[in-house]
Amino acid sequence: MNYWPLLGIAIVVIGFALRFNPLLVVVGAAVATGVLAGLDLVSVVEALGSAFNDNRYISVTWIILPVIGLLERYGLQERARAVIENLRGATMGKLLVFYLGFRQITAAIGMKDIGGHPQAVRPLVAPMAEAAAVKTHGDLPEEEREKVKAMSAATDNVGLFFGEDIFFAIASILLIQGVLEGYGYKLTPLELAVWAIPTAICAFLIHGGRILAFDKRLGRTAK
Amino acid sequence: MITYEWLYILAGIFFVGWSLLSLRDRRFGNAGFWGLLALSFLVGSHVSDFVNGLIVLALVAVAGMGGLKRSDPATTAPAERQNFSKLLGNKLFLPALVVPLTAVIGTLAYNYTPFGETGLFEERRETLLLFAIGVLFALAAGIAWLRPPALAPMEEGRRLLDSIGWAAILPQMLAALGAVFALAGVGDVIGSLAGTIIPDGNVFVAVVVFALGMAVFTMIMGNAFAAFPVMAAAIGIPLLIVEYGGNPATIGAVGMLAGFCGTLLTPMAANFNIVPAALLELKDQNGVIRQQVGTAIPLWVCNVVIIYVGAFLLWN
Repeated sequence: MNYWPLLGIAIVVIGFALRFNPLLVVVGAAVATGVLAGLDLVSVVEALGSAFNDNRYISVTWIILPVIGLLERYGLQERARAVIENLRGATMGKLLVFYLGFRQITAAIGMKDIGGHPQAVRPLVAPMAEAAAVKTHGDLPEEEREKVKAMSAATDNVGLFFGEDIFFAIASILLIQGVLEGYGYKLTPLELAVWAIPTAICAFLIHGGRILAFDKRLGRTAK
Repeated sequence: MITYEWLYILAGIFFVGWSLLSLRDRRFGNAGFWGLLALSFLVGSHVSDFVNGLIVLALVAVAGMGGLKRSDPATTAPAERQNFSKLLGNKLFLPALVVPLTAVIGTLAYNYTPFGETGLFEERRETLLLFAIGVLFALAAGIAWLRPPALAPMEEGRRLLDSIGWAAILPQMLAALGAVFALAGVGDVIGSLAGTIIPDGNVFVAVVVFALGMAVFTMIMGNAFAAFPVMAAAIGIPLLIVEYGGNPATIGAVGMLAGFCGTLLTPMAANFNIVPAALLELKDQNGVIRQQVGTAIPLWVCNVVIIYVGAFLLWN
């Protein structure tokens, strides 16, 4: 058996690790894999072109950007902030659990840019969580304040990652569809997206539980 | 019958628009990149594979030389946005909601009511076609309601698109890589190797190795999208789907999510883990990752169980 095509996998891993432009890495790996499998250069370019062409539907999803951009022009981000700000006065635990759910649900219906670290976590979620923690537990040592802020950022990540795949028209779902189709398994985006729901529920329960436990623990250490 | 070809022409028109607006803004790299993508959408079905291959190489050349820059089209000021937000209230979420509602309700109606018998859409393609129809509805509703300047929706879209940059076509490129791996027989090679490592017929161990591979490759590369075609070729397809007859939908979707657990654990995913630590001025650069470990590991275990139960126990 010819083991040389495996070098393509190594190129992907090393290229990403060394921070080369990912498009360059991917095309380099594809060309190397094809050549090492015994194809000539022209056939490899043809194979790549044909595969890229067959997977165009993955990039079609960007046509949603004018809708989101238009709404942002009229204050979508500010509205999302107002929804979160309504929770002023809640405990840190309740606030972050709410934000986790809000982030998961909005990502699941295609508004994945509504949160994020520069737009929401730094100006809003982290300061509110810190203020709420201080209000319930009294003044906190620097170390504990850092943990509250870090937990706010972590909550944004968990909410996004384990909400967005429920939205069928998202790159990761269509990438899965495209790769499987390359091997002859034809699936629809919805068939894939429903399988993101069990993990989304687990993520909410696990991370939500950890947030509440963290809030409780803070109370004990502060006393 | 409405087919993907219609979708490609629609997307092609959008990208032509973004290319022309970039040109007017004298951002030639961006104009070239989005123009090439528009070309791929508009003529890809009518030219040879070799020409499509050349379009791919040209796209990569523009991106690889750093030709894509962020853009800054004219938009509303923060104070204006604040006012609009107060004035318009939570109704602002509605146009965005139109898109998934059109797609999901439309798909259900198409599959479970006589509407499906019209044969309006290409088979198995209805969801994405309905997604595009939903986008057009939402855009029309938003324009009718908000009455923006004529070019505003496209310019706002360009602002978002240029902030995504070359990453906008990375998933498509990775799917193409997966197809080249399939053609080169990478899966067969690894399948035969893995067969010697994984105890014969032990489905559970194979699921664990697949999910672990997704998480570890994601941690090394900082990107679950890149790990997916690799692990699909290595274990997902040859072992879990072909040999053990698992459900491809579960293995694909939950396998990707096992990779996302790896994203929570790696400084290589700088945007999610290192940048926020800097934005929040944390002393510990890995502070965010530390708060994620306790979620990522149990959640990864959940994903293993979901694949094992969903793709094998419930499927067969």
